[in-house]
Amino acid sequence: MSNYIWLIPAAPLAGFLINGLFGKRFPKPVVSSIACGSVFFSLVAAVLALIELLGLDPEYRSIETLLFSWIPSGAFQVDIAFLLDPLSAVMMLVVSGVGFLIHVYSIGYMAHDKEFSRFFTYLNLFTGSMLILVLANNFLLLYVGWEAVGLCSYLLIGFWYKKQSASDAGKKAFIVNRIGDFGFAIGIFMIFWTFGSLNFSQVFESAASSFQIGSSVITAITLLLFVGATGKSAQIPLYVWLPDAMEGPTPVSALIHAATMVTAGVYMVARCNVLYTLAPTSLLVVALIGAATALFAATMGLAQNDIKRVLAYSTISQLGYMFLACGVAAFTAGIFHLMTHAFFKALLFLGAGSVIHAMSNEQDMRNMGGLRSKIKTTYLTMLVGTLAIAGIPGLSGFFSKDEILWKAFSSEHGGVVFWLIGVVTAGLTAFYMFRLLFLTFFGKPRYDKHKSEHLHESPRNMLFALASLAVLSAIGGWIGIPASMGGGNHFERFMEPVFASSAALASHGENHHSHVTEYLLMTISVLFVLLMIYFAYVAYIRRPQLATSLRERFAGIHKVVYNKYYVDEIYAAVIVRPLIVISMFLWKVIDVAIIDGIANGLAYMVQSFSGSTRVMQTGYLRNYALMFLGGAIVVLAFFMSMR
Amino acid sequence: MVPLEYYLTLSAVIFAIGVLGVLTSRNLIVIFMSIEIMLNAGNLALIAFSRALGDVSGHAFVFIVFAVAAAEAAVGLAIILAVFRNRESVNADDFNIMRW
Amino acid sequence: MDQYVLTIVTALPLIGILIMLPISRKAESVLKGIAFTTSLAAFVLSLYLCINFDSSTDAMQFSVNVPWISSLGANYHVGIDGLSLWLFLLTTFLSWISIWSSWNAIKDRLKGYLISLLLLETGMLGVFMSLDLFLFYVFWEMMLVPMYFLIGIWGGVNRIYATIKFVLFTLVGSLLMLVAIIALFVMHYYATGVYSFDLTVMDDFAISSQAQRWLFAAFALAFVIKVPMFPFHTWLPDAHVQAPTAGSVILAGVLLKMGTYGFLRFCIPLFPDAFMESIPVISVLAIIGIIYGALVAMVQKDVKSLVAFSSVSHLGFVMLGMAAFNMQSMQGSIIQMINHGISTGALFLIVGMLYERRHTRMIADLGGLFTSMPVWTTFFVIVALSSIGLPFTNGFVGEFLILLGTFKVNAAYAIIAATGMILAACYMLWMLQRVVFGEITDEKNRSIRDLNLREKLILVPLVVLIFWIGIYPSTFFRPMERSIDSLLKRVAYTQIATPEIPIAEVDRNDGPMGTYRDQGE
Repeated sequence: MSNYIWLIPAAPLAGFLINGLFGKRFPKPVVSSIACGSVFFSLVAAVLALIELLGLDPEYRSIETLLFSWIPSGAFQVDIAFLLDPLSAVMMLVVSGVGFLIHVYSIGYMAHDKEFSRFFTYLNLFTGSMLILVLANNFLLLYVGWEAVGLCSYLLIGFWYKKQSASDAGKKAFIVNRIGDFGFAIGIFMIFWTFGSLNFSQVFESAASSFQIGSSVITAITLLLFVGATGKSAQIPLYVWLPDAMEGPTPVSALIHAATMVTAGVYMVARCNVLYTLAPTSLLVVALIGAATALFAATMGLAQNDIKRVLAYSTISQLGYMFLACGVAAFTAGIFHLMTHAFFKALLFLGAGSVIHAMSNEQDMRNMGGLRSKIKTTYLTMLVGTLAIAGIPGLSGFFSKDEILWKAFSSEHGGVVFWLIGVVTAGLTAFYMFRLLFLTFFGKPRYDKHKSEHLHESPRNMLFALASLAVLSAIGGWIGIPASMGGGNHFERFMEPVFASSAALASHGENHHSHVTEYLLMTISVLFVLLMIYFAYVAYIRRPQLATSLRERFAGIHKVVYNKYYVDEIYAAVIVRPLIVISMFLWKVIDVAIIDGIANGLAYMVQSFSGSTRVMQTGYLRNYALMFLGGAIVVLAFFMSMR
Repeated sequence: MVPLEYYLTLSAVIFAIGVLGVLTSRNLIVIFMSIEIMLNAGNLALIAFSRALGDVSGHAFVFIVFAVAAAEAAVGLAIILAVFRNRESVNADDFNIMRW
Repeated sequence: MDQYVLTIVTALPLIGILIMLPISRKAESVLKGIAFTTSLAAFVLSLYLCINFDSSTDAMQFSVNVPWISSLGANYHVGIDGLSLWLFLLTTFLSWISIWSSWNAIKDRLKGYLISLLLLETGMLGVFMSLDLFLFYVFWEMMLVPMYFLIGIWGGVNRIYATIKFVLFTLVGSLLMLVAIIALFVMHYYATGVYSFDLTVMDDFAISSQAQRWLFAAFALAFVIKVPMFPFHTWLPDAHVQAPTAGSVILAGVLLKMGTYGFLRFCIPLFPDAFMESIPVISVLAIIGIIYGALVAMVQKDVKSLVAFSSVSHLGFVMLGMAAFNMQSMQGSIIQMINHGISTGALFLIVGMLYERRHTRMIADLGGLFTSMPVWTTFFVIVALSSIGLPFTNGFVGEFLILLGTFKVNAAYAIIAATGMILAACYMLWMLQRVVFGEITDEKNRSIRDLNLREKLILVPLVVLIFWIGIYPSTFFRPMERSIDSLLKRVAYTQIATPEIPIAEVDRNDGPMGTYRDQGE
């Protein structure tokens, strides 16, 4: 039973191998059907696994399957083994589902690229690695997936390797992620030497049973793991790679840098909920970083002109939201938002891709406008996505965002401040998303004639993906409608077994708030969002000059925000350049001048000594014979004198 | 019976002649011959001691020296010949390629 | 039959040399064929060793012990155990690969070149199987001669400087080691009245800790230079940059392992007290090497010297693992030796293939090679990623275990050393970016032809091994487990009186596994 779980990650990896080895010789349809087929296979298997899981009693919904022993070294034993439980089930469905749609979309988007097969090879590798990540049953295998998706991110960001900016961005993503992974790895070492195992079940069991809340070891471990999460999920201070990652093809941005990979950090924190619950300090740090990132990134999103960069900052901001949820111990809400975000952010990115495709690779929103009538399907689907991310009641984003806001307010780890930051961020999100929508689809066209002749709606398979995601963005939240709104909140009930032990650990004095408070808060946030949408409407449709004049009035602030607070420049000046200078110093001074200087100096000393003695070698036979004779006489004289 | 000292004196004189020959002459052949003279001076001393002490191992040594001298003559002359063919000279002063 | 396999494998290259001697130097393809066949035969035969290796014992296997110079008590005593098995195989494997790789690279004096490589192989194999100090020393010095010629004759522009530097650095250490070997011999004679150089005999010979310090220092110096550890590493970049491709492969792949292997085989079991005392020094030097090597690699302008400095960094990990001295770190350390041989060997091969075509290795001259050489680039990227320790490649298994083991002993060491993994990503990816990505800036790079079949066939086994060790390392761990275990136990046994190694700064009091101990400590 459930022995086929390993097939879920294995199928895309097989597709990766086939396309990687022979893809160049295959025609494009074969390549794409291998790639999409393998992911579809995973999707079907994932659905079957979910059905099987649902057939079990909730407390038995945790199935581990061992494939083989990976690294056996004395007491250290790590297996290649998979864990199927509600959390990994949700994740693998999101990954394979959204992944499949994006694969289908890519067939159209990449149709004219010469390196079609290489693209799908990487994409399959990514899907397989991501599935390993979410299905791993131990920290090390999670780490494997973690680094492997980082590799795919590197390869796909730098897919158009001839562009300097693309290969720069890929490198940056990898290295920044490595910094995060460094913390993660140290966390793993600590976990092993504390618990004697890396298996999730064993670690969490022994943590829950024998550690007190607030234990310093657990705090250290969770903080280190969170360092990893900030790298992968682009949180302060390691978020800098994500905006640059938009150099990759748009389907990549949708799949990796919006829907799946960047949420790995959230998944990991949720997976370690027991550990985090034991470390309130770490929870506070997670919540603070999450809230700060959410707000900070949202402000940066306000001033960007590149359609994909707006979405990138939006992603960072939404990830901050998820961490905020985890930080107030509302792990279910975090995962719920992860799922809905995957739907609508993938949709938005694919929509943006469709716009870029239609505009022949134009990404600057200042050169768009009025596209509403030209590419109608794209517009409609993007509208759904925008409404969903803005949190308009009824759509998926509303339920998950509301859940987070409510938990941020009501949870014992939360507080009014967190709620307030959440609401402000929600308003800013609504503002910049509608700014994007208005600038792109409304107003007068700001592109030249030449472009308008080429304007075309995307091919059918791209629209299929858009439409499917639009449906999911609209109704995907309905499985988590909270009880206060008359829903069953199936999602929370489904996830309960995963978070049961941490819920049991937490003190039971949950603050009881009436439904009235909940409705009140909800109304405030929805009204604020609507207000911000109205502002966007005013600034970009009714009085377009308002935006310009505002920008001019606050030129200084705008410049700072537009330049992303100069964080990249600061990092370059404080870390990168000194490192190069130090390295040059080590090489030229320590290595060449000092160490080699000593070695060569010794050699020169020997050489000059022998240089002064070698004049005795005249090369004339007679001189040697004379010396010989002299030597013989000296020896004879010595022996004579001895007598 | 001739006393041992006479033999030794003769041997020393011959040896000194050989040394002088090596040091003063320029011709490689002459140098070579002088070396042979030195070897034979040694042989004479060996034989003399051997007789005086009544021990035949001195004789045995002399035969070894003969063999070595013969081998040396063969190799040495061959080298001189080769040198002459290359440089058209047997003058030792013309060759200082062993210089530093 | 079993006991002669080692001898036969070691002698095969010599037999190849004997066959080649009478053949005219002009018959190049015949000479190449003979060298290739003998090295391949040695490799295939050495596979017999690994198939018939008994993983359930820590004893020496396939051993032969016959008197050699009986008046000195020197024996022809050879054998392998879990510590040397994989290094022995790595040697036969890389020798074969490197002979194959120099098919077209060497135009001049091919015969001498092939003979040097084969002689080198015999020397290296001899070092890994010797269980007699005298025999060991003979093989140890025997490697030096062909390597001297390989760099000095077939090397680059500055080859004479490089080869003399290499030989002098190595000799300084090994002569002191010779003195120490003789001292050990004499001390043993005074204590027991028996002439012996035999390692197994010496193992049971208790040496005063004062004497241990001096002898250890002499042995360690020889090995530390060979590894090479900071600050004795400066011969390495020069030697690598000047050496021909096959020389670099052997140098990085096998010769450097002589140093680390020497620690395992000689320094640790012979002088356990002195080794334990020197652990802080070794660890700190290893960590300096890791970071220093990585930083200096980052600013290199020549791809080959970049790889050479990265070797300093990787070997630092090996030494760190050895100094941590527990099951995980030791296994990681040994597997990392193999990994480095494979990954760095492959990197040198790849750079060599480029050099054959482009006659430059300067990063500034390259760029955009993905466009002209996609297959070559693919191999390059895979190997580079294994070198920076990506999971499921060999580098990860080694570095992870080393750091894991080190963390237990000293968390600070592990944390500082782990930054080396970040720096590794920096220098490798930056180099890749400048060499293979981007637009082609120099027109000469546009017309380079991609790898031919022979070159692909050379690289494929290396890549297979990279993933094999990364995904299923049990194959490689199983044979070494018992030998490491007994080494750990033996040192622990002689160490009862001395204070324990500091335990990790983990807050041990509040964990259920707080008293968790690894086996073998």
